[in-house]
Amino acid sequence: MKARLMFTATALAALVAAGPATAAGKLNIFNWGNYTNPELIEKFSKEHDVEVTITDYDSNSTALAKVKAGGHGFDIVVPSHSYVPIFISEGLLLESRPDQMENFKNMDPQWVDVDWDPGRHYTVPWQWGSTGVAVNREDYTGDINTSKIFLDPPEELVGKVNVVPEMADVMALALMYVGGESCSTDKEKLKAARDALMAAKPKWLSMDYGTTDKLSSGEWRASVNWNGSTFRARLANPPVEYGYPQEGFPLWMDSAAILADAQNVENAKLFLNFIMEPENAALISAFARYANGIKGSEAFMPEDMKDAPEINMPPELAGAGKFNKTCSKEAQDYYTAIWTELTK
Amino acid sequence: MHAPKPSVDASHPAPAPARTGALNLADEARKREVRTSWLLSAPALLVLVTAASGPLLIVLVYSFLAAGDYGGVVWSLSGEGWFKVFLSRDIFDDTVGIADAHLTIFWRSVRLSMLTTLICIALGFPTAWFIATRSRESRNVWLFLITIPFWTNLLIRTFAIMEVIRSEGIVNTVLMTAGVIERPIQMMYTDFAILLGMAYVYLPLMVLPLYAAMERLDFRLIEAAYDLYASRWRVLRRIVVPLVKPGLIAGSILVFIPSLGAYVTPRVLGGGKNMMLGNLIELQFGQGRNWPLGAALSLTLLVIVMVALIFYVRIVQKEAASRE
Repeated sequence: MKARLMFTATALAALVAAGPATAAGKLNIFNWGNYTNPELIEKFSKEHDVEVTITDYDSNSTALAKVKAGGHGFDIVVPSHSYVPIFISEGLLLESRPDQMENFKNMDPQWVDVDWDPGRHYTVPWQWGSTGVAVNREDYTGDINTSKIFLDPPEELVGKVNVVPEMADVMALALMYVGGESCSTDKEKLKAARDALMAAKPKWLSMDYGTTDKLSSGEWRASVNWNGSTFRARLANPPVEYGYPQEGFPLWMDSAAILADAQNVENAKLFLNFIMEPENAALISAFARYANGIKGSEAFMPEDMKDAPEINMPPELAGAGKFNKTCSKEAQDYYTAIWTELTK
Repeated sequence: MHAPKPSVDASHPAPAPARTGALNLADEARKREVRTSWLLSAPALLVLVTAASGPLLIVLVYSFLAAGDYGGVVWSLSGEGWFKVFLSRDIFDDTVGIADAHLTIFWRSVRLSMLTTLICIALGFPTAWFIATRSRESRNVWLFLITIPFWTNLLIRTFAIMEVIRSEGIVNTVLMTAGVIERPIQMMYTDFAILLGMAYVYLPLMVLPLYAAMERLDFRLIEAAYDLYASRWRVLRRIVVPLVKPGLIAGSILVFIPSLGAYVTPRVLGGGKNMMLGNLIELQFGQGRNWPLGAALSLTLLVIVMVALIFYVRIVQKEAASRE
């Protein structure tokens, strides 16, 4: 650690001497809104004497468009797994080799050889989770581990279900419900998925975000939702429970990476190493209530997260979770066509 | 749009050179005036050209390019964007047909915008009349009150409406406490909510031009009509409405156009189950990753607006012609 710091200091001094382009002691993070624990940033700032700036985005496509446009000044971005290959193929990420960093030993082995970044040459896990269904148990006491909650709602939930307008997740859920897989170009499956969605839509209340608030207040009695958001809703409104659809449900992981045109590369590397420390990874999870990919972080997590059903997938349903792929242009066009028909 | 007026420089007469003739002198002065007026309007023209035409040109060019795999455009000519605005290739049997989903969304946008305009007329006309018939001093107070909503951001106003009509909102709570209803009325996530939101947001844009027209109304004409035994309805129909028509049309245009492109209101109050044009365009630039289609849809919206404007100009011109 000390050696690394020494090296960084020398490197920074050299850079400062070389020209005014690099500001010493700065780090600009571009991350999802309401997703970064201020305590984590404070701790990093203190430990490394770095001034951290955080800028929000609300979707992968927004982040991609801004980074692509250039001139943003960001050092770190946190795209979802399905967008990591796009960022890499567009040449937007620096091959910072997190796998050679000191704290890499803490990474859970199941997250090392992932499809979107084999061997972790670019990215470090930030948080991961699933998209399933949240149901208020006061209204419905039957089985909630099924996509039927929104694709064939039980009578008690008709007219009370919300569906988040997250095209990739909803399409993946519908495709898996009819026996297909995400980003499918199989027309039979696409047609079946479309028919299921079209038939279910009249039974929905809305297609909106803001699930944590509206499930907490009880305004929505059921919704397609993310596990961490449901966790937060349950803490505010105990009858809200999370279901893992047995027909299949999407998993996702957001990963931190350094941008190819980052100005503060050494600080960014320090940060990636920093968040692979179990205690720090636990801070990330304590804020947004999702699991991270770092072994041993559980020990530092808040008490209420240790046995939360939203965080600990039941083993018998874990197999139904699949990471969404990065859709081809063809699959994307099918998605959009069905989505437009659904929301026309 | 803003033709330079030669009179702009009238207050600064150019010093006359002594050696030229009177005719030349006048000519010279006019030339200089024209030059000065061009110079004076240069900043405005520059802003118009760079900030309005520039982006529009980009949108136009993009609409004829091919879509990039991950958003953006590829620099190769393609009619796919425009093709998809109006026609759709059925993804299941490859037959080409009218883009039914897009037409439905176009029609919903136009229908809701027209309804919004009608609601704004129904509410705005009496309001403007009320203000125009107050004493000169109190009129300013009323006008000031009308502009208050503009002080707050559109998004915040829309969320405020949401607080009023949601299931646990003010209206439902009051009605339930009073025992009028037993369970909350579902007002959020309906066309009613969208209409309410848009009418609320755009009402001032109807009241202000109507007021401007009514303020100039010659009330002696109305007195004369009453003297000739005209009924109140007849006075309204034959005297007031024809005279305030330009204001009425201007207000309708001001309400109709932003309603057509509304994005926030249908998204927040409509619950996103049914898109309007603005939402459809956003889908193509965001999750849909089809920028050329988004660009073509934006231009289609522009054309609809242009047609409405041309229609407006025609009516006004006809009015002017018939009055002469």
